[in-house]
Amino acid sequence: MFPKPIEKSSRTWQLGYQALLPTVMLLWLAPLLAVALFSIRPDSDFLIGNYWGWPSSFEMIKNYGMVFSSAMPRYIMNSFLITIPTVVGAVTLSCMTGFALGVYKFRGNLLIFFMFIAGNFVPFQILMVPVRDLTLDMGLYNTKTGLVLFHIAFQTGFCTLFMRNFIKALPHELIEAARVEGIAEWRIFWFVVLPLMKPAIAALSVLIFTFIWNDYFWAIVLTQGENAQPVTAGITSFNAQFRAMYHLMSAGSIIAALPPVLMFFLMQKHFIAGLTLGAVK
Amino acid sequence: MNKTLMKQDWYQRNEIAITPWLFLVPGLIMFAIYVVFPIFQSFRISLFKWDGLGSLATHGEYIGMANYEKLLTRDRSFNISLWNNLKWLVFYLAAIPAGLFIALFLNQAVRGIRLYKSLFFFPFVISQIVVGLVFTWFYDPQYGLFNGIIGFIGFKPINVLGDPTLSTYGVIAAGLWPQTAYCMILYLTGLNSVDPEQTEAARLDGAKGMRMLWHVILPQLRPATFIAFVVTVIGSLRSFDLISIMTNGGPFGSSRVLSFYMFEKSLSEYGFKMGYGAAIAVILFLIMMVFIGYFLWRMYKDEKAVNR
Repeated sequence: MFPKPIEKSSRTWQLGYQALLPTVMLLWLAPLLAVALFSIRPDSDFLIGNYWGWPSSFEMIKNYGMVFSSAMPRYIMNSFLITIPTVVGAVTLSCMTGFALGVYKFRGNLLIFFMFIAGNFVPFQILMVPVRDLTLDMGLYNTKTGLVLFHIAFQTGFCTLFMRNFIKALPHELIEAARVEGIAEWRIFWFVVLPLMKPAIAALSVLIFTFIWNDYFWAIVLTQGENAQPVTAGITSFNAQFRAMYHLMSAGSIIAALPPVLMFFLMQKHFIAGLTLGAVK
Repeated sequence: MNKTLMKQDWYQRNEIAITPWLFLVPGLIMFAIYVVFPIFQSFRISLFKWDGLGSLATHGEYIGMANYEKLLTRDRSFNISLWNNLKWLVFYLAAIPAGLFIALFLNQAVRGIRLYKSLFFFPFVISQIVVGLVFTWFYDPQYGLFNGIIGFIGFKPINVLGDPTLSTYGVIAAGLWPQTAYCMILYLTGLNSVDPEQTEAARLDGAKGMRMLWHVILPQLRPATFIAFVVTVIGSLRSFDLISIMTNGGPFGSSRVLSFYMFEKSLSEYGFKMGYGAAIAVILFLIMMVFIGYFLWRMYKDEKAVNR
């Protein structure tokens, strides 16, 4: 293990380390803690310049209540209605593409695989004008559907990379054995491979959930207004509405950030597996 | 009877050749429509003068390479954006050693370390929009924590985001926060798979500290370093959200990057110059293709090694 395990070092350093951990963590999260502190202050604190002292009163319920009586819940609902179908769609498509590219040897396999990877890394701007046009032409501009369709297509690139590598690492003998038994290929997919992919599906789902929830660029390119915009875009209009009311803006930001954070803490193991397994083998 | 038998034979004979394509078709179609074709379309649009109204064929005016010529010779904003992209690229890489440093700090088996690791990873999970807001307030000249700290040490307040020479660095620093967290998690996972026997053997040989890190640990962390490099470079060239939230490209366009400038040209109050925007996007795409190409080449070599 590197660095040297702390329990093998001197008692003072052990205690020092234990004290250092929370200190460094507080510094690391200081900008966020500041916002959390803002979000429970009364607005009068900002008028009298009490930014960093003890709050003169705790207004958590009032501030967060204000956020919930604004357009914020609409935006959050939109975010869910965009994110969940995207996760389902992209994971479904990539289970199939990953299976095809991970199990079969055929001409063009690697080429298609590399196309998915390359597409996943291109700058959004090279897609922006044509995709916006296409969405307009289909009558899907400013709809959640338009956004979902694009997200599914784009995320399929990353998901395929991930799924293909995962399936490739499964023991191939399983598939061979099933073939010897005369089982149809699609049944091999459904009954042999898919059950083994559960950890990969879980990992990808959390990851894609976070990516899509946090998307801002496509939200402002393909939607406007509270009918379809997700919370990342909505927060800017929220902030325009409550300009300079920092206690409300902070509370709004914290609400907007919460779902992926909860997702991360609930599914931590899968999340980290997802971030690293797709690439670091 | 005979016919069904033949049919089955045909299916069985070709099943293994056909199945992958059946599974690929839905994903390939979606990807082609939304990712592959648009790339080519952008190349085409970049040769036109087009405000995005009506179709390109009827309302666009073909002007050849004129957009590129203007970009590369007469557009000061483009130059600034390109330079800022370079700054992003260089300074963003600091996330890699910083991530490694924190990973080494946290790679201990003490009580509650798992919670600490998750809390350190926190900035990566929240959206860049929120990170941007948080840092805008952090830098605020009047009540921000940043100026609170430097004021405490005895410096005058600095309006980081309002100063054309500092704004880009201010935004990059904000971007480093989540990116360092990302690199940290990559290294933490990498450190898990470092071979303990090698480390012990090196320790018996008297290696420790920096020498140990450099000669024994880092070589084993190469896969993690590679991924950290790829995601950091791509992330730096993709930077958009933070700039949009924190400075909106300002002051005086001093914190624009190509991705932001492209958006501004094609879809904002400055007018709908889709052709010009597409040309900017193509240049950004070509820059990124260098890195994507390198990444694919590395992966190709790995694939070859595995299949041998």
